[in-house]
Amino acid sequence: MRDSLIHQTFKITKSENRPALITYTVAGDNTKKKSLEILNSISKYADICELGFPHNTPIADGGQIQTSAYRAIKNGIKIKDIFSIAAEFKKIKKNKPIILMGYYNMIYQYNENRFIKECQKSKIDGLIVVDLPFPENKTFAKKCKKKNINFIQLISPTTSSSRIKQIIRNSHDMIYYISMLSTTGGKLKVSPKKILKEYSKIKKQNSSKNVVIGFGITEKTIKSLNKADGLVVGSVICKAITDSINKRQNTVTNVTNIVKRLKNRIK
Amino acid sequence: MKLKKKVPLIDQHDKYGFWGGKFGGSFIPETLKKPIEDLTIKFEKLRKDKKFLKKRDFYFQNYVGSPTSLVELKNLSNHLGGAQIWAKVVSEANGGAHKIYNATVHALICKSMGKKYIVGDTGAGYAGKMLSMAAKKFGLKCKIFMGAKDIQRQKPNCDAIRKNGAEIVPVYSGSQTLVDAVSECMRYWVSNCDSTHMCVGSTVGPNIFVKICGWSTAQISRELKNQLIKKFKKMPKKIKLINCVGGGSSAYGFWSEFIDYSKKQIELIGVEAGGPKNSKLHAAPLSRNAKIGILHGAASYVCQNNEGQINETESISAGLDYPGVSPIHCFLKDTRRARYTFATDEEALNAYKLVTKFEKLNPSLEPSHAFAEAIKIAPKLSKDTICIVNSCGDAKKDRDILKKRLGKY
Ligand SMILES: Cc1ncc(COP(=O)(O)O)c(C=O)c1O
Repeated sequence: MRDSLIHQTFKITKSENRPALITYTVAGDNTKKKSLEILNSISKYADICELGFPHNTPIADGGQIQTSAYRAIKNGIKIKDIFSIAAEFKKIKKNKPIILMGYYNMIYQYNENRFIKECQKSKIDGLIVVDLPFPENKTFAKKCKKKNINFIQLISPTTSSSRIKQIIRNSHDMIYYISMLSTTGGKLKVSPKKILKEYSKIKKQNSSKNVVIGFGITEKTIKSLNKADGLVVGSVICKAITDSINKRQNTVTNVTNIVKRLKNRIK
Repeated sequence: MKLKKKVPLIDQHDKYGFWGGKFGGSFIPETLKKPIEDLTIKFEKLRKDKKFLKKRDFYFQNYVGSPTSLVELKNLSNHLGGAQIWAKVVSEANGGAHKIYNATVHALICKSMGKKYIVGDTGAGYAGKMLSMAAKKFGLKCKIFMGAKDIQRQKPNCDAIRKNGAEIVPVYSGSQTLVDAVSECMRYWVSNCDSTHMCVGSTVGPNIFVKICGWSTAQISRELKNQLIKKFKKMPKKIKLINCVGGGSSAYGFWSEFIDYSKKQIELIGVEAGGPKNSKLHAAPLSRNAKIGILHGAASYVCQNNEGQINETESISAGLDYPGVSPIHCFLKDTRRARYTFATDEEALNAYKLVTKFEKLNPSLEPSHAFAEAIKIAPKLSKDTICIVNSCGDAKKDRDILKKRLGKY
């Protein structure tokens, strides 16, 4: 797995002396076709694309991502559509890593092994499962690794240092650091300095791991965190989709412009 | 899958928090790992701490008002013929329902953790009302999350919550009922877990919340056991304990001391919300064979579609209107120690009518579901069978619904 697409991507961004830009959009928001178009278009600027599988009881998501998820479900998105969006995307953008992100019940209902098999078929590079923390995720993470899928562990400001150690030991090529106590889409309530201090504690334990920061990152805040290996932006993008729909504007153009601006700020 | 004897059911889980190897657990975001671990350590310490137990017993006796009475419903029994019907009138407890036990314990835990803020979810409004009462009593600031639909249909309890100085946060997402209130409350806790304690209103949620709630409501069955032995000299030979099941806190509390008895001597019957007679929607995951899924941090039988999206539910009773159920009830179902069935909205309303016609009792729509089952089975049972219904809520909160559906309250 050392040579996973995710790892290679970080190698490139590091050589360019900048963080990787990681976008999050919800699969099927607001339709299957549109979300693929958005994905294709923003991947010109994004280094890694996270694709959320929408859930109607998301206990860790704020308003913007909830709105996107409910909209996608209302428009009839199914798990098989999510895989087909990912597969179509990977056909066009072979070298762009794609990470699926969602809640464990979807995987549980689909069946873990079948889910992993579908991920392989669609060339999914990684998985984030919000409500399957360490050590409960050990078995599943191992299964993913065996099939060359990165299981991405999360660390939060509440994670104790002994736990951080264990999580790093059990992580693959990428670790996700949650910037603050918040659901997605919250205002950055901690200073970037403090976030980076916590972040460096993780890096110090193992500098070879690619650690990205997410939650509360906007056009305004992104630059202040550009020392990180990668930065994840989600709610801002979901909100742009909502706003574009409400104003009857072109979602693809609007979202792409935002991602372009985000990228310019950290180049 | 097997039940152990002499070990409280709440403690019969494995190291990952699963009952029977597959129900429960803690499916939580990383941010909540630490607060939940802290709470777990604290609770395990407190429940062994004699001083804390003394405090709990003091408040149960002098604040909650323990024990609530056990009464024979002679008129109803005579009318139906067959088994004797009894009621444990848990609605006599301070505030009018069993939710006061869990609320009081959570407020005490919150205090001893040194936190000043407490938040909780509510459906029928009882869990919210009781938490706001306990918060006021112990000097905590309180927020209650409640679905917008429930705020409308359970107004008397909302008035009480506000009068106690707590804030109600209306939840507009999804079906605007209990399921959405619990989600929103958990989200709030994710963002504020450093300063705030969370109370889950039933025996649902991550493992530790199931345990704290069950540990609290178990008081009901300790009282009942004493009362039965006092009244009958020894434990009667044929008992049926009938309880409504939403999340399952009242049922577990009613049964916990009796689980070690044989099913033949003491049968445990849980009654879920079957929803309107002609509706496809219901809130009865156990009795209508829902699949196992993960909801609000635990694995249990859950009303859901085959993609894992949680289904909308429908019930006249806001307290039972929930797509999931406690993992400990899933365990009791699969080990066949308890039997689960459902009553429709109409059956619950008819039961309410019949009970209030014959007895000086005013059960809310939740226990009316349990009465519906008692009324159904009593005529077929022998005279020496004792059916005890947990009348765990008072109907004052259902005033508007009862007026609308029955023309009077
Ligand atoms: C009076 C009453 N009974 C029953 C319930 C259902 O919850 P549980 O099954 O946890 O007792 C509620 C919940 O609000 C309630 O208010």
